[in-house]
Amino acid sequence: MHPFLQATLGGILIGVACWLLLAALGRVAGISGIVAGALSPQPGERAWRWAFLAGLVGVGAVLTRGMPALPSPPWAVLVVAGLLVGVGTVLGSGCTSGHGVCGLGRRSARSLVATLVFLGFGVATVFVARYIA
Amino acid sequence: MLKILVAILAGGVFAAGLVLSGMVLPAKVQGFLNLGGLWDPQRFGPWDASLAFVMGGALLVTLPAFAVTPPTPRHPARRPWLATAFQLPTRNDIDTRLVLGAALFGVGWGLAGYCPGPALASVLTGGAAVAVFVAAMLVGMAVAKRL
Repeated sequence: MHPFLQATLGGILIGVACWLLLAALGRVAGISGIVAGALSPQPGERAWRWAFLAGLVGVGAVLTRGMPALPSPPWAVLVVAGLLVGVGTVLGSGCTSGHGVCGLGRRSARSLVATLVFLGFGVATVFVARYIA
Repeated sequence: MLKILVAILAGGVFAAGLVLSGMVLPAKVQGFLNLGGLWDPQRFGPWDASLAFVMGGALLVTLPAFAVTPPTPRHPARRPWLATAFQLPTRNDIDTRLVLGAALFGVGWGLAGYCPGPALASVLTGGAAVAVFVAAMLVGMAVAKRL
């Protein structure tokens, strides 16, 4: 399969998952928001989030089983990157899914700004990292 | 109960989309962010346009979905199948937190090639590297919720 076709089909599946959560539960499928809210003090807000995450982690594990080990950056880089992603998605109220897929789907101005900013800073980061290397 | 099953299904379909699209491969994500590759592929390596198609494919579904599913002034009676009401974001203001947060997220995304969804979808199979990233991400979220 052509990589662009495969990417498009994968994107369509992501969109279908967002639509399913929206139509059935009335919620936005923003992964960072679902994770952050899974620790919410209100029990009624927790169950569906843990269920969604169980599906994401479980099916993800089955489908990525046996994938070759990926070369990874040093742990210090992973820790800094993880902290930045965690802090940034909570401060910025969303990540690639909540802003990039659902927010743009809702035609939200906030999500358009957030998406352009995180794409811009992602591009700049890769540029600097590869320029130095 | 049905609500829980549908949430599991939605998470599973989301994961399938991430795996099929290649979002779980950090090198592919960084290859997309590598616009330097358009300028000097010798130095930066090639640019990989695939991820634009992932977002495009997802928007093919979510743009019409958000137009026809939640209530609108003309269709105020729309309800979710399994919940009493839609709970969608309502804010429209562009504030410093939004821009600063997105900028920090972008730097972290570029450094590791992982955003939250793909990291969780491969956290059980990606070895210690993904586990370290996810643990740091959870700490970051917990800290930022107190800010």
